[in-house]
Amino acid sequence: MAVRLVLQQADIQRALTRISHEILESNRGSDDLVLLGIPTRGVMLAERIAGIIGSLEQRDIPVGALDVTMYRDDLDRHPTRTPRPTRIPESGIDGRTVVLVDDVLYSGRTIRAALDAIGDLGRPRAVRLAALVDRGHRELPIRADFVGKNLPSAAAERVNVRLAEIDGEDAVEIDGGTEHPGGAA
Amino acid sequence: MRHLLSTRDLDRTTAVRILDIAEDMADVAQRAVPKLPTLRGKTVANLFFEDSTRTRLSFEAAAKRLSAEVITFSAKGSSVSKGESLKDTAQTIAAMGMDAVVLRHSASGAAATLAGSGWIDAAVVNAGDGTHEHPTQGLLDAYSIRKRLHGAASRGRDLDGVRVTIVGDIVHSRVARSNVWLLTTLGAEVSLVAPATLLPGAIDSWPVTASHDLDAAIAAKPDALMMLRVQAERMTSGFFPNEREYAREWGLSAERFARLDADTMVLHPGPMNRGLEISSAAADSARSVVLDQVTNGVSIRMAVLYLVLSGNDGTDA
Amino acid sequence: MTHLLITAATLLDGSRADLRVRDGVIVESGSGLAADGARVIDSDGLQALPGLVDLHTHLREPGSEQSETVLTGTRAAAAGGFTVVHAMANTQPVQDTAGVVEQVASLGAQHGYATVRPVGAVTVGLAGERLSEIGAMAGSRAAVRVFSDDGKCVSDALLLRRALEYVKTFDGVVAQHAQEPRLTEGAQMNEGALSSELGLAGWPAVAEESIIARDVLLAQHVGARLHICHVSTAGSVDIVRWAKARGIDVTAEVTPHHLLLTEQLAATYDPRYKVNPPLRREEDVLALRAALADGTIDVVATDHAPHPVEAKECAWPEAAVGMVGLESALAVVQESMVETGLLDWAGVARVLSTTPARIGRVAGYDAPLAVGSPANITLVDAAARGDFDLARLHGKSVNSPFLGRSLPGRVMAVVHDGRPTVLEGALLPTEEVATA
Repeated sequence: MAVRLVLQQADIQRALTRISHEILESNRGSDDLVLLGIPTRGVMLAERIAGIIGSLEQRDIPVGALDVTMYRDDLDRHPTRTPRPTRIPESGIDGRTVVLVDDVLYSGRTIRAALDAIGDLGRPRAVRLAALVDRGHRELPIRADFVGKNLPSAAAERVNVRLAEIDGEDAVEIDGGTEHPGGAA
Repeated sequence: MRHLLSTRDLDRTTAVRILDIAEDMADVAQRAVPKLPTLRGKTVANLFFEDSTRTRLSFEAAAKRLSAEVITFSAKGSSVSKGESLKDTAQTIAAMGMDAVVLRHSASGAAATLAGSGWIDAAVVNAGDGTHEHPTQGLLDAYSIRKRLHGAASRGRDLDGVRVTIVGDIVHSRVARSNVWLLTTLGAEVSLVAPATLLPGAIDSWPVTASHDLDAAIAAKPDALMMLRVQAERMTSGFFPNEREYAREWGLSAERFARLDADTMVLHPGPMNRGLEISSAAADSARSVVLDQVTNGVSIRMAVLYLVLSGNDGTDA
Repeated sequence: MTHLLITAATLLDGSRADLRVRDGVIVESGSGLAADGARVIDSDGLQALPGLVDLHTHLREPGSEQSETVLTGTRAAAAGGFTVVHAMANTQPVQDTAGVVEQVASLGAQHGYATVRPVGAVTVGLAGERLSEIGAMAGSRAAVRVFSDDGKCVSDALLLRRALEYVKTFDGVVAQHAQEPRLTEGAQMNEGALSSELGLAGWPAVAEESIIARDVLLAQHVGARLHICHVSTAGSVDIVRWAKARGIDVTAEVTPHHLLLTEQLAATYDPRYKVNPPLRREEDVLALRAALADGTIDVVATDHAPHPVEAKECAWPEAAVGMVGLESALAVVQESMVETGLLDWAGVARVLSTTPARIGRVAGYDAPLAVGSPANITLVDAAARGDFDLARLHGKSVNSPFLGRSLPGRVMAVVHDGRPTVLEGALLPTEEVATA
């Protein structure tokens, strides 16, 4: 099936810049801000956003990785997943505003797992959600605070986010998907 | 991973993956809430036909930290001490809907027999079978060695070129077997030191070097020295004359420990016979990782329980 | 009495002939014999063998009837082509008195599937302490000629010496289970690299070989006959070969499973492969085959050892030792010896009938398939091949290591003392075979 290019490198860059500004605006600055990316690509996006905010604010923004594998409710439905390391910035998350960053927001189950994981790690003042792509099909009452691109898609389609750090280029594609039922989570 | 029966079955990638997952599990222990919801709704049966308080507690702690229910059957005071067969006990607990069985048994191959029998559907984790294997012990030893060598930078690493010397009753030791296969799979160079009566026959077919001289082994400055527990019944059946002679030839006495290279770590699977195979000077020193081994055991067992109890088809992503 | 006509069977020399059986005896051999009212067994394409004689069978009755009985064991024997089985002494009570051996022999005679020749215990209760009533058993209606503590080794050198001498008095033979007991305490499998890896206590070859070496020297010293049960190692073969070259009156047997299976099967921890002596290395298997072909090993004996399911549904070290073997023996010998070109069918008759009969002093087997001989005949479809499955087992127990394995040959008909026990590949019903 056809693969459709939806966002190119410049589009992604613009979306992240906008998200960065929106985060600063909603947080009224960068005080107490912590970015937690959800592996794998969420971590890279979080680092990029932290970089943008950092250069705007002239300060280092704490950024970490939050693996949610052990909090998933669908472990029995897929082959065994290998968890990735969780890295919490030294500042911790207690009393902070945590912005979760993921590449694609879909059913919401990953975010549900992330909220549970955060609860076991500490008590942030607030938790926000940033996603590069929101493709709909939510199965839980979860919505993103900051969205790069709303991308209505069929359940059978697959949304692939590619990032230069590991994929060699920045791009978001929709794969027609009849050959790949399921789609990205 | 469907079962964990032996370290012989593990390839390097899988072994490193288990150690890496254990790193994540170790991090969990440091958190405000040292518990994960991962195995909620799963039930683990600790089926101990042979007493082993430490291994049983370690598996219990691991299962509980992953939010699994744990049911423990111990030999003492239960039907297994009254001659009930492995099959009947296994089927009884299967009928209670267990998802995994952690089996300790005095018969070599018991875990393999249970896993291959068709009597039960549950995942089987070998927690020590006779004189065959004790795979989670091997894994926690490998983890402890890697951690001591590489600290926070351990993830993803194997044990390429690490020199490990294992001393003592190799022939009857399931710990030694699991370590030999696993450590060599991970790239370590393993040497065994024991009197000839306590070395397995046909040792030249093992991927190790074997010798009888502990002093020479210490002079060779290994990265890790693992002292095995000596069981009293070996003496009475003539494997060596008496404790005094064993301690003199193959014990890590204070005097030998003093000659040990400053960078050599000391391991012991416990419980220790202080004064026989290991002196207090060695066991309690900063170079001893004995207590780390206990702590790491829980992380390793969490990783193993996670791997055998998640996934829908016994394969890995 | 029964009148049978076996038509167009292939004889041991490869020629084809009809055989007429009347009143328990082969009365005529030729081609185109008239039926003359006989029950005709069409044997076109079938290999005729003399009825097979097993020197080593555990029938378990009396005492362990949950595993096997004389009836079920002899049905298994007939299905496997046997007309004589030697019932080992380790029953409960032990076959160490005239009364017990006569009972076992007469049960066999009643059922009619095979002649049951009881083996007498060498020592009272198999305890290895004092000789049992060997003379009484020899002189009983069971006419015992083979004496063995099988399952246990007569390890006391003096006791064995006395047994060899005493048994000689009655033209008997001691069949030694060669296993040095101290060297095999707790033993689970062949000792070697694999046992080290599997953590199963080893059964070293030297434990068998040292006893055989001692015993052939003792047999030479007292001028007695000695038979070695289930030889399993290449080293044992060397010792037996040496002893025979010195003129020592020793005979030796090998089991079918030691001719085909190796210790590698222990790596499955499947207790079906647990047996005593244990399965050995590939080089042992090859040495045993060569020894059987050149006559160093005289006979194949099954060591048919039935055990109930629960005795094998457990961890390896807790499982009973032994395998059933009567129904598979001929197929395994064909697979390991005939298909490999090591033995022809005359050789099979030698190792599975003529020689074991001679060692056990069983009359009527010295001129196989000849006119005038008692009619003990097994007809085999040697061209058949198929998976050995549960349907092939006819005893009470199913602990066969060959289940699921493709094996050649199929026993199509068996005549025991002139009466059929198997026809068209199926056992005849108990009532039809019973002689009582």
